[in-house]
Amino acid sequence: MTTSPLYDVLIVGAGLAGMRAAISAYEQGAKVAVLTKVHPVRSHSNAAQGGINAALTDRGDKWEDHAFETVKGSDYLGDQDAIEVLAREAGKDIITLEHMGVIFNRNEEGLLGTRRFGGQKRARTFFVSDFTGQALLHVLYEQIMQAKIPVYEEWFVTSLLKNDQGHCSGLVAFEIRSGKFSLFRAKTVIMASGGLGRVYEPSTNALICTGDGMALAYRAGAPLMDMEMVQYHPTTLKGKGLLITEAARGEGAYLLNKQGERFMERYAPTMLELASRDVVSRAEQIEINEGRGINGCVLLDCRHLGRSFIQERLGQIYAEAKTFANIDLAEEPLPIRPGMHYQMGGIKTDTEGRCWDPQGHWKGLPGLLAAGETACVSLHGANRLGANSLLDTVVFGRRAGQCAAEYAKTIPAPVISDSAVQADRQLIETLLARQGPGERAAALRLEMGTTMNRYVSVFREEDGLETARQHIQSLKARWSGIAIQDKGHVFNTGMIATLELGFMLDCAEAIIAGAITRTESRGAHFRTDYLDRDDEDWLKHILLYHQADAEPDIHYLPVRITQWQPQVRIY
Amino acid sequence: MKTTLRVRRFDPEADPPMGYVQEYRLETEPSETVLDGLIKVRETLDDSLALRCSCRGAICGSCGMRINGHAALACKTKVISVAPADGTIEVEPMHNMPVIKDLVTDMAPFWSKIRQIQPWLQPPGTAPKAEYTASPEAMTHLSGVMSCIMCGVCVSDCTVLEVDKTFVGPAALAKAYRFVADPRDAATLRRLNALNQPGGMWDCTRCMECIQVCPKGVAPMDRIMALRANGMAAKVPSTCGSRHAEVFTDIIKHKGILDEPMLAVRTFGLKHVGRLLGMVPMVLQSVFKGKVPKSGPLHRPIPGIHHIQRLFKRMRVKS
Ligand SMILES: Cc1cc2nc3c(=O)[nH]c(=O)nc-3n(C[C@H](O)[C@H](O)[C@H](O)COP(=O)(O)OP(=O)(O)OC[C@H]3O[C@@H](n4cnc5c(N)ncnc54)[C@H](O)[C@@H]3O)c2cc1C
Ligand code: FES
Repeated sequence: MTTSPLYDVLIVGAGLAGMRAAISAYEQGAKVAVLTKVHPVRSHSNAAQGGINAALTDRGDKWEDHAFETVKGSDYLGDQDAIEVLAREAGKDIITLEHMGVIFNRNEEGLLGTRRFGGQKRARTFFVSDFTGQALLHVLYEQIMQAKIPVYEEWFVTSLLKNDQGHCSGLVAFEIRSGKFSLFRAKTVIMASGGLGRVYEPSTNALICTGDGMALAYRAGAPLMDMEMVQYHPTTLKGKGLLITEAARGEGAYLLNKQGERFMERYAPTMLELASRDVVSRAEQIEINEGRGINGCVLLDCRHLGRSFIQERLGQIYAEAKTFANIDLAEEPLPIRPGMHYQMGGIKTDTEGRCWDPQGHWKGLPGLLAAGETACVSLHGANRLGANSLLDTVVFGRRAGQCAAEYAKTIPAPVISDSAVQADRQLIETLLARQGPGERAAALRLEMGTTMNRYVSVFREEDGLETARQHIQSLKARWSGIAIQDKGHVFNTGMIATLELGFMLDCAEAIIAGAITRTESRGAHFRTDYLDRDDEDWLKHILLYHQADAEPDIHYLPVRITQWQPQVRIY
Repeated sequence: MKTTLRVRRFDPEADPPMGYVQEYRLETEPSETVLDGLIKVRETLDDSLALRCSCRGAICGSCGMRINGHAALACKTKVISVAPADGTIEVEPMHNMPVIKDLVTDMAPFWSKIRQIQPWLQPPGTAPKAEYTASPEAMTHLSGVMSCIMCGVCVSDCTVLEVDKTFVGPAALAKAYRFVADPRDAATLRRLNALNQPGGMWDCTRCMECIQVCPKGVAPMDRIMALRANGMAAKVPSTCGSRHAEVFTDIIKHKGILDEPMLAVRTFGLKHVGRLLGMVPMVLQSVFKGKVPKSGPLHRPIPGIHHIQRLFKRMRVKS
């Protein structure tokens, strides 16, 4: 076993949140390293197509408008102090990204150009064609290369470590290429491990989005918050669930039902196709359920935009529709349906990214910070606006990196024992030693995914959620019966799939616990047995604490309201 | 559809490490890709088959591999488009990089070449308060190169890298072009001078393989040619490569036909007698194989040369 050098800030994940955190901690003079299970540019942030929001106040936009639309989009569950930070600092962060080299789309004057996104009245989404996430991710990696920040590429984290005072002081990970374990010592750890899409089947998320960080933090004692808030995106392809960006509707595409009707006129007369995602997904699902769909889908119609416009501004999805659905967007409408896309909830943090409360109002895990999709600040509340997530990663990634670096200066080097490494190594050896015939991790994952997609999706109700809860319990029991054929230690992807499934089952359990607890309908969480939003009882967050072999321990936190009192939400 | 995936595997933990071919038979749907097939193998037949994959949508760059002899993204390759009548598809790891296990290659050499070109924006002086202004055309042009996902497919099939490991390669050169063509970058001359060295932009033999296989339409070879043009315009010191291009054009302009002995002598210059003599066996072989035109090696201008010269004139006016 090897032990790493002592880091001030050790970051798990090299997506946008992780790399932004690394750069800002490095700029503070901290000793930083990044650890990631895939090469940084393979991170899932590259999948973001549409863009990144910001109100540039020197162009006549107001950050308050962006903040209000985010609050309204969140169905008033987002914490308004955090949303204000996001909206106020967005402009500066966009300019920083541009200075780093991002080739943002320009207008005729050579200044940054924008497009419109859902849930917002003004065009304030900055973009690079329709591969914004990739363009950002590659530029941040360029900065990492320039700063020579060490990156442990293709290392897989198996647990977080705590010292005797219960302070997060490092982690255990193994190198995928060799299977060798190592103990990483760090004064602070930033979890930036992305989303959990694979808990569902299908999902727009990549195969690596398995909620590892949420489960790791949860198991180590940090609370998960708002986990019931799972976003279904209105435009995903049938089959594998690949995403068609909201930019398509932002650029003017229509949604049609079987009769060729623009049905959003009935659900959101003002914002139409650009209402909030929860609203549009629900409308589509109703159309489909009431027989006005086509083979379980409705239609996305781009034809009136014209071929050259589509190919220039939406080239990636033009190619995607062609390759994966065999449809020429310029000539035919594309069948799409709502599909699991994003986890609004995650590891509870404050506005500095801390997973603990220095004032002690809620119990957390000192020394651990989190940013990006794995974290819940909470900005997105019950429903995220399109193009706010990339913004979340850069604003709160930067803040977490800065806070971690400053905090690390104030604490002594941690003392930790290496017994945790032994435990994790033992677990792997036990997994590998198990002889077949056992169950396959992939089969269990598919059962989990289809169960979640059936009972914990756009519409939910008590009985279905209870069925899902029991099914996940039984899958947890069956997890220990998995047998891996590959007995080697080098690039054993069967073993990684098994570990990831373990993480996902914890996440699934938390999502269901939240969904059963919240007996109201708000944003993405729509209960057919509790149709209305209930501000009196439920204008609050649900915090879940992990308990070994028992249901999560449930706590509550009030929503932080600064200037926008809850109103009826109409688009 | 009955499909057989013939996979070239490699077990690094066998004693001694061992390469072998394994066939997997499975059913695939018309809409499915080679990656779908491999995932099916991994999930239902054999979880020891190692490969990288993540996005399934040709954006993360993980799943580069050789399919029926050409590098490609498995997630972008439909089974139907590559399977012959008997349904057997050959799958092997990418070339020009070491194999770790099965279809997983070691990308470290790939990335060290990317780092070699200093792949980060180097703007002049201190940054302005707002964004740098840049024309929409310039940014749209760059997005054609920025759409590179660093999958390694072009490097796998690069015919120069096959024989010369010092070549910086198509992916790194395309990335270099991304900065050279960026109006915000101030290191253009330094970059072009570095690329002018052996192993740099002049070592591409223009075989077009990278353009053929690139899954994102980046056309690395075209970017390399654009780098050369930029280099010559910026008057970086001449090399055999740039002289070859100049002399080639000059000969055509004056004779209308390629005069190869003249090309070699003028490219290398008389200083490099050694290199010229080194070509003698090749010349003899060409004669022997009938590759020297009947009119002999030395040419007079072709009849109608003035037509060609007119073309040159017109091109000069245009540019
Ligand atoms: C198809 C699609 C399109 C989208 N489009 C947009 C958009 O247009 N605008 C927008 O704002 N948002 C969009 N989103 C959402 C947004 O892309 C993501 O929420 C965001 O990029 C997440 O970034 P991240 O840095 O938190 O995580 P990621 O980029 O997912 O990175 C996670 C990192 O954690 C590492 N990691 C995970 N587990 C482990 C482990 N056990 N050990 C070691 N490392 C680990 C991974 O290797 C990876 O480097 C989109 C999402 C999808 C799925
Ligand atoms: S799986 Fe991402 S490029 Fe193929």
